Amino acid sequence: MNAEVTITINGSAHRLQVPPRALLSQVLRDELDLTGTHVGCDTSSCGACTVLVDGNATKSCTMFAVQADGCSVTTVEGLASNGELHPIQEAFREKHGLQCGFCTPGMMITAVQILERNPSPTEEEIRSGLRGNLCRCTGYHNIVAAVQHAAATSGGE
Amino acid sequence: MTTGVTDPFAYHAPTTVREASQALLRYRGDAKVLAGGHSLIPMMKLRIASPQAIVDLRNVEGLKGITANDDGSITIGSMTTYYELITSDVINSNASSIAEAASQVADTQVRNWGTIGGSLAHADPAGDLPAVAVALGFEIHAASARSQRTIASDRFFRGYLETALRPNEILTGVTVPAQGAGSGDAYVKLANKASHYAIVGVAASLTIDDGGICTSARIGITGAGPHAVRSRRAERILVGKELNESVVNRAAQRGGAEIAGLFNDDVHASAEYREAMTQVYTARAVNAAAERAMN
Repeated sequence: MNAEVTITINGSAHRLQVPPRALLSQVLRDELDLTGTHVGCDTSSCGACTVLVDGNATKSCTMFAVQADGCSVTTVEGLASNGELHPIQEAFREKHGLQCGFCTPGMMITAVQILERNPSPTEEEIRSGLRGNLCRCTGYHNIVAAVQHAAATSGGE
Repeated sequence: MTTGVTDPFAYHAPTTVREASQALLRYRGDAKVLAGGHSLIPMMKLRIASPQAIVDLRNVEGLKGITANDDGSITIGSMTTYYELITSDVINSNASSIAEAASQVADTQVRNWGTIGGSLAHADPAGDLPAVAVALGFEIHAASARSQRTIASDRFFRGYLETALRPNEILTGVTVPAQGAGSGDAYVKLANKASHYAIVGVAASLTIDDGGICTSARIGITGAGPHAVRSRRAERILVGKELNESVVNRAAQRGGAEIAGLFNDDVHASAEYREAMTQVYTARAVNAAAERAMN
């Protein structure tokens, strides 16, 4: 039996009928066509599916959509506003913080959380903050540089 | 389309503990409680768990938050997340090993969702919070539709993924007893490099008097055996003595004596290695707690 949920996604309220077993990642990708949220491992390990749920970085493959009823979700599609890239997106572009790009949406969302909680993180704090996001190209060096760049350009020191 | 969770289930999101307990009762043991979901949902994907129903506690009133009580104890609601524990001033200034353990769980995303109640009720043999619960002497509060009771942490963990909770009971929260003057606590772990689960994790809570004598000691060990245990034999060696190197080493050699013959032996570490590391980490936990107790 389906459950009715209302989830605000990237600023728009969506009323959806979902089976309780539907994962948030599945609803985002398959129902709403927000395919920027990638599913890498589907075992809560890789972090490619990370979205913000009420501001908290969340592996959307490890949450039932019914749990997000009444919540506000931000996916990678919601980072840019008015045609302007989010500072973290700008930084990933500037520092080439990606190789194949598969992990990038999750990396950027987690990076947003890192900088929101700590605007001036050390390299170690960035690396430890990104521990739940795997890059199989092993492109971590430039990803960390991108987060540092975003911190510097967003007013952190 | 990813595989996800293939078996359907009924979903309940009650607003009171009473309703939650009644829902559990209705499914006669075939319902699972959902807190943060970061152990349960992966188990459902692997079909290790296929409950007929899920009882989600997210809307239940009164299960969140950290309260400092007048007697120096701390009450923590079961739905309080690891992140909330890590960032709590009350926790960091009174029972820092809780924050120390929570900050070593998995990663940022998991710590945003994983809860103290979920960690204790799930009783993963390699979970971090169970060791701290044992060392700090948590009083674990359980409620059903009709009754409430408190379970001592050293009687709570019974076996692999098995606790003293009854099938219709909800873990509503814990009380961390007042740690008092001259006390210190610490949690140290040898983490699996990939999963960050504890191969061995040891929590120690000590009180040291002005003369440098250890007047009380509690040690909790996780990861090593089928469930978190209290290492009373190591504790007994510490109490009444000055914690010099030889005393700590003697206690550490008894660290995990309660697990003899039951050490986990798997792809991550052999039983022999776990036994050796239990001793090493018992010494480290005692030394770290002692340093805090004396400062």
